[in-house]
Amino acid sequence: MLKNMLKATVFATTMTLAAGTFLTPAFAETVYNRGTAAESESVDPHKTSTVYEANVLRDLFQGLVMQDQKANLIPGAAESWTVSDDGTVYTFKLRKDGQWSDGSPVTADDFVYAFHRLEDPATGAEYASMLYPVKGAEDVNTKKGKPEDMGVKAIDASTLEITLKAPTPYFLEMLTHQATYPVSKASIEKLGADWIKPGNLVSNGAYTLAEWVPNDHMKLVKNPKFWDAATVKFDVVNYIPTEDRSSAMKRFEAGELDSYDDLPTEQLADLKTKFGDQIHVGPYLGTYYYAIKTDKAPWNNPELRNAISMAIDRDFIAEKVWQNSMLPGYSMVPPGIEGYTPAMAKFADMPQIDREDAAKKVLEKLGYTPDKPLKMEIRYNTSENHKNMAVAIQEQLKPLGVEVTLLNTDTKTHYSFLEQKGDYDLARAAWIADYKDPETFLGISRKASGNNYSNYNSPAYEAAMDKAAAAGGKPEERMKDLSEAERILVDDVGQIPLLYYSYHDIVSSKLHGFTDNVMDVHPSRFVSKD
Amino acid sequence: MLRYVFRRLLTAIPTLFVIVTMAFFLMRVAPGGPFNQERGLSPEIKANLEAQFGLNDPLWLQYVHYLGNLLRGNFGPSYNMPDFTVTELFAKGLPISIQLGASALILALLLGSVLGTIAALNQNKLGDYTVIALATAGSTIPTFVIAPVIQLLFGLTWKLLPIGGWGDGAFLNKIGPILTLALPQIAIVARLMRGSMIESLRSHHIRTARALGLSDWSVVVKHALRGAILPIVSFTGPAAAALLTGSVIVETIFSIPGVGRYFVDAALNRDYTLVMGTVVVIAIFTIIFNLIVDVMYAVVDPRVRYD
Repeated sequence: MLKNMLKATVFATTMTLAAGTFLTPAFAETVYNRGTAAESESVDPHKTSTVYEANVLRDLFQGLVMQDQKANLIPGAAESWTVSDDGTVYTFKLRKDGQWSDGSPVTADDFVYAFHRLEDPATGAEYASMLYPVKGAEDVNTKKGKPEDMGVKAIDASTLEITLKAPTPYFLEMLTHQATYPVSKASIEKLGADWIKPGNLVSNGAYTLAEWVPNDHMKLVKNPKFWDAATVKFDVVNYIPTEDRSSAMKRFEAGELDSYDDLPTEQLADLKTKFGDQIHVGPYLGTYYYAIKTDKAPWNNPELRNAISMAIDRDFIAEKVWQNSMLPGYSMVPPGIEGYTPAMAKFADMPQIDREDAAKKVLEKLGYTPDKPLKMEIRYNTSENHKNMAVAIQEQLKPLGVEVTLLNTDTKTHYSFLEQKGDYDLARAAWIADYKDPETFLGISRKASGNNYSNYNSPAYEAAMDKAAAAGGKPEERMKDLSEAERILVDDVGQIPLLYYSYHDIVSSKLHGFTDNVMDVHPSRFVSKD
Repeated sequence: MLRYVFRRLLTAIPTLFVIVTMAFFLMRVAPGGPFNQERGLSPEIKANLEAQFGLNDPLWLQYVHYLGNLLRGNFGPSYNMPDFTVTELFAKGLPISIQLGASALILALLLGSVLGTIAALNQNKLGDYTVIALATAGSTIPTFVIAPVIQLLFGLTWKLLPIGGWGDGAFLNKIGPILTLALPQIAIVARLMRGSMIESLRSHHIRTARALGLSDWSVVVKHALRGAILPIVSFTGPAAAALLTGSVIVETIFSIPGVGRYFVDAALNRDYTLVMGTVVVIAIFTIIFNLIVDVMYAVVDPRVRYD
């Protein structure tokens, strides 16, 4: 009996091993294990809002234009385009070889359908505003107009015409945003809500969605129908969310992740020593600022706002609180946009000690003394770094006789309070660029913007922004106008810019094509591994 | 007994109803909503989103809709992950949490009971002190310390286990999380077992059994253990409910796609439906395991009868 069992075991083991040998593919597939700090919320381009899904969608879909590994604009689903002399009509010629992953051609109708769907109120797209420069788009989204009146037209299967309300020089940059990617009309009409499921999702990018286990991994496989599939190096890209940054570092060290898009910044100095050139830190288009209640006394006094802004030691905060993972900031638009010179606060070049003296004088002049101190509250959303930063500012302002109290709430409470224009003094906020243009940073301080938490309202600023918008067709003039508008905003201290963001990635030295850029954009199709 | 079980299940219905109602309204008391975020939405876009999820209806109507859907077994869509319904998220995550939790619980019950018994039988000797020391360490060192240490030693230094990830349920991927979940429970069970075993060994019936000349094995396993196990049975109910519905810390550190993280993440994101789903699942688990504990009591202790 025992003998027979042993025989059977040996036979089964031999068969298994033999089968394994035969089943092993001749060429192992190349896999990119791409770590991310958070899970994607959705892979429907019209239902996404974070940079995490932007990375995934950049691999799955291809918009009319895309970004290369340096975040420069390159042709995407459109191989060329022309712009009318008045800057309002864009005519895109789609690639003849552009296909969906099911083999059907990508047509201008697909784009018309996608743009209508984005603006349809029933879709509930958070980024519907991305197409608001298009004629009639905002009206559709706000139920004042019909989709057929939108300025999006399929001239023929491969020609798409988009008409804008007014010249919008950053329109092409806006089209790099995932909200403007096409979706397959045929697939959605056939499958309804299930069109988005792995295996069903028809996409036109370098990869297709094979699996998605929330909080574990999202598996993308190479799309053989992609027009440039021959240059795509990885057969599989696994997006692996690893929320715990310290665990992510260990997973990277153990080779479970090839790259990770965040770092435990409090350990940055040690990580640099340990991982050397594999740590990538550099300027990223994002501004960390404090909103300030400009329509409430005493904050309606620009002189007082400037004194407080001046007294904050940004170098100390960037170095000690953020371990140099953020850079000191003196303008709302961070550096890094080609052709644009940010307008810096006038005190940017003053030594910190002189700034504090100047601030003290202003406070005294305004009647704030140790006996009658200025009292203010800083609100921030939950995060150890936001807290440390507020505490540092509290300490920095104390010698000037300013009594700062801190109020911490969770993110939803914080932004709901700001959105409802609650009563506050200073509040933590940030803005990350959706597209590479100063307008994305300056627009939030306009009177009508929902993100104008400071309630900043300056006719001079509005006029300067309008002037820049009118100079749409002349890029150099427009950039100059925008910089002048920013000068007004910064001198007025409509917001208090404090830091510029930086990207901080860890990238295996075996990876190639993961090129540093201010948008921290790294399409997998350009990345390869030794 | 069956009548008792049936009666208990019936009384669980109003309990669940109260829990669901309280959770529903308490969630809405919290400021902010699912669509408040760093990047503010325009009022029109926010209104579109709220309309899509029925959040523009009066609160009482939303409640009635929710209850109606719940009775049909529909937990609704997740606001934060619109590609999935809450049911789909649980279908993927709950089996994983249950696998890890059940393994950790079984390990804790077996190992903890054995260690506790060894300590009781060697009271005030080296074996006892060793178990007490280990149990004290196990119950005081938090899981957010144990987990990274396991990753560091077994994953990076000895390269025996993966650092994190579920790996489609590979055995090696489960070891770290199970150990982390089990260690504090082993410590608790060992301490409980030690105490109740000492008490049991001192009881009259054990003294009688010894006087009758029964073997040590028979005295300990057949007679003392039965009485000593009652506190462990009581502990198992809430422990099972807590372990099987996942652990936020363990799942976050080991990147495990269980449901433990949903409760905290969903609450912070004001993902109302997902929070409610989690509340319902935890409530059901707690009710069921408390019932199982009561039934077990009757099985273990002949004095307890529910008829």
